[in-house]
Amino acid sequence: MADDREPPPLFNNVEIDQRDDDNEDLFSSAIDVDVGVLDGDGQGPFNGTSEAPKLHLSQDVPDLDIVQVDRPAPAPQAKPLDELEKECGDQFIEVTVTEPQKLGEGMGAYVAYKVITKTNMPIFRKRSFSVMRRFSDFLGLHDKLVEKYLRMGRIIPPAPEKSVIGMTKIKMSNQAEQGSSAEFVEKRRASLERYLNRTAAHPILGVDPDFREFLETDMELPKATNTSALSGAGVMRLFNKVGETVNKITYKMDESDPWFEEKTQQIENLDTQLRKLHASVETLVLHRKDLALLTSAFAKSAAMLSNCEEHTSLSRALSQLAEVEEKVEALHNEQANADFSVLCELLKDYIALIGAIKEVFHERVKVYQNWQHSQQMLNKRREQKAKLELSGKPDKGNQASVEVVEWEAKVDRGQEEFDNISKMIKKEMERFEVNRVKDFKAIIIQYLENLMTHQQQLIKYWEAFLPEAKAIA
Amino acid sequence: MMDGPDDSTVILGDENRKPGRSETVDLTDNSLMVDISDALSEKDKVKFTVHTKTTLPEFHKPEFLVVRQHEEFVWLHDRFEEIEEYAGYIIPPAPPRPDFDASREKLQKLGEGEGTMTKEEFNKMKQELEAEYLATFKKTVAMHEVFLCRLANHPVFRNDHNFRVFLEYDQDLCVRGKNKMEVLGGFMKSFTKTTDEFLLSATVKDVNDFFEKEKNFLIDYHTHLKDATAKADRMTKRHKDVADSYIKISTGLVQLSTIDNSDLEKFLTKVAETFEKARKIEGRVASDEDLKLSDTLRYYMRDSFAAKRLLYRRLRCLANYENANRNLEKARAKNKDVHAAELAQQQACEKFEQMSDKGKEELMDFKTRRVAAFRKNLVDLAELELKHAKAQVQLLKNSLAALKEE
Repeated sequence: MADDREPPPLFNNVEIDQRDDDNEDLFSSAIDVDVGVLDGDGQGPFNGTSEAPKLHLSQDVPDLDIVQVDRPAPAPQAKPLDELEKECGDQFIEVTVTEPQKLGEGMGAYVAYKVITKTNMPIFRKRSFSVMRRFSDFLGLHDKLVEKYLRMGRIIPPAPEKSVIGMTKIKMSNQAEQGSSAEFVEKRRASLERYLNRTAAHPILGVDPDFREFLETDMELPKATNTSALSGAGVMRLFNKVGETVNKITYKMDESDPWFEEKTQQIENLDTQLRKLHASVETLVLHRKDLALLTSAFAKSAAMLSNCEEHTSLSRALSQLAEVEEKVEALHNEQANADFSVLCELLKDYIALIGAIKEVFHERVKVYQNWQHSQQMLNKRREQKAKLELSGKPDKGNQASVEVVEWEAKVDRGQEEFDNISKMIKKEMERFEVNRVKDFKAIIIQYLENLMTHQQQLIKYWEAFLPEAKAIA
Repeated sequence: MMDGPDDSTVILGDENRKPGRSETVDLTDNSLMVDISDALSEKDKVKFTVHTKTTLPEFHKPEFLVVRQHEEFVWLHDRFEEIEEYAGYIIPPAPPRPDFDASREKLQKLGEGEGTMTKEEFNKMKQELEAEYLATFKKTVAMHEVFLCRLANHPVFRNDHNFRVFLEYDQDLCVRGKNKMEVLGGFMKSFTKTTDEFLLSATVKDVNDFFEKEKNFLIDYHTHLKDATAKADRMTKRHKDVADSYIKISTGLVQLSTIDNSDLEKFLTKVAETFEKARKIEGRVASDEDLKLSDTLRYYMRDSFAAKRLLYRRLRCLANYENANRNLEKARAKNKDVHAAELAQQQACEKFEQMSDKGKEELMDFKTRRVAAFRKNLVDLAELELKHAKAQVQLLKNSLAALKEE
């Protein structure tokens, strides 16, 4: 597999031995990443350890992203993306989430899922393997990925939402009342599966070490207590969220790139339309489920009518009618479930993805803010230096010069970061668009095929009934 | 006896037919043909134009028109119920009151929500509601017509004086003024009647086995029909809701496609079209189910109630007969007014026997009619369900072929 890959030209672009002094930067805590962690293409100023070369050599990762970064124009993007797809063409990874098991007792109860991976990617130790994971593990994974990649401008697939109601159902239910909690678990299982597959499909995130550990490591992951709402980290998250919301409202970025202006608007529109469509499909699901119930009630009534009917062949026909209606009810139910799981959930997933996109756009705004702040500090220092030189205090003047140089470097870095995140977002958006088109087409076609199958079933049922009706003498 | 309900279904099943044209099943006798040639909906009221064509000498003209309202139909029905001579017959049930409340409510809600939806969506929903309104309208016309036709084709009823007045008298029958009082009076009467009936059924044992069985059967049957009608109604209504919810999905898809500048634009437009077409088919399924299933059940629920009434009238007649017998015995014992008592007893006996004979005929006929109507409508129902399901499959096949090409 490594044969069709160019040997890492990455080393030409990556400056391995720099940027450690970033830690002094005020804003570094927001953007800083474990220096040892890196993404597959070793891009950007953040990877700096000796680990980098080792991983690159063993990884079969499209490094075309790196080549990408150097060229600012969006034109060549088409090529790498094609190549990206070609690469992925002969590699596959498929994740299934199955066998939900309720473990633990009382308030400590939780559900563990079996995560089975099948792949031919050499970066994984085996071709097929499975582990047990619980919901908070998934959330923990998502958090880690966000920490690592959001600042770079990656769109990180959102994890399924927490649900207090759902969890309470699980904690409270005993063996007997499996009904509604079983439904909830099934919905969650399906959404966890989609989440993992979406992450695995991403060329970079899919081979991230934390992700791989999640899939491969056959032991319990350290409990991601940070994901719990009541933990210290949870409270911090809440504070941060409030701060961010205020920031979003108050800070207006001076947008110089029309692409971003346009895209932001498009994303907003898409969000609105998807939400509306989602609501309409939800209504359809509700009506259809209700129709199924009412059909069943009618079937029972028809059966009773048939029992009391004195004319024999009419009685038989009526009881056949009752049977047909019962079968129709089952069909309606199946259809409603398909409406939901195929269409409704697709829309919900995309609404959540748009949320992730908005997050990354906002991240860019923060990066911009950072850069502008550095610029302001630089200007201040320059003024200071000028003042000191005029007032003739040479030693203080020297100190000021040093600071000016420092801030100049920070401004440069700030700008570079901003440029990088902008480019990365553009790339990620392209990938998003391609996948969106693919997904929608595939899912809608699947839905229509499903609809058609049900109608064909209907035909069978009524065809069986027709002779019975004709037989009434 | 003619197949009353068949006419209504024939009319409504064929869309090419003008609403109101009836086909009398009884082709041999055209001496009295009645139909509703026109109907006007005015605010709360519906005005039916009753058109009569006749060769009978009792009428003043061979062809004429009058305008009647629903209350006048009810008046006519009540007159039949009151006449003792007709006690042995099943009186055709009066048509139900024209009920546009549901449609009106929906139309109002739509108007209120106009601001929240696109012009396209609004127009589509408005069209849908108008079609619904029209369908309800057609139905009520048909039901009123069926009622009249049954009377016109009945060898005894057609000669009834009140019926003639109803058909001919070109002024208002002045029924409406009394309406509230009559309604109340009607309620009271039917209330006392039912308790009476209960009493009768408890105390008077029917000698004739046939009638005893029929009574038990009809009581049961009527209850089940009522239940089945209600459930069928709810089911078909919800089915219509499912069809209507496709409208919003279709418009949502169109909107999604307009803001999309990728491949999806054409794709989504096609899918939106598919949903729109599927909606129409699904809507037809719902309305056909309503027509063939719910309406049949409903009609026979009413008819079986009318049959029950016949039975109770007969039982009262029996009670009278038994009373007359007792009176005769008493008279003979006292040797006073024997002749009068004998006469009374004979009359009561004749009446009762006539009623029993007539009643038996009517009930057998009821059964035949019922079985025939159910057969026709169930067959129609199955055929229509098949037709629509096949249409949907074809629609989806075509759509999928077109979509996969993209």
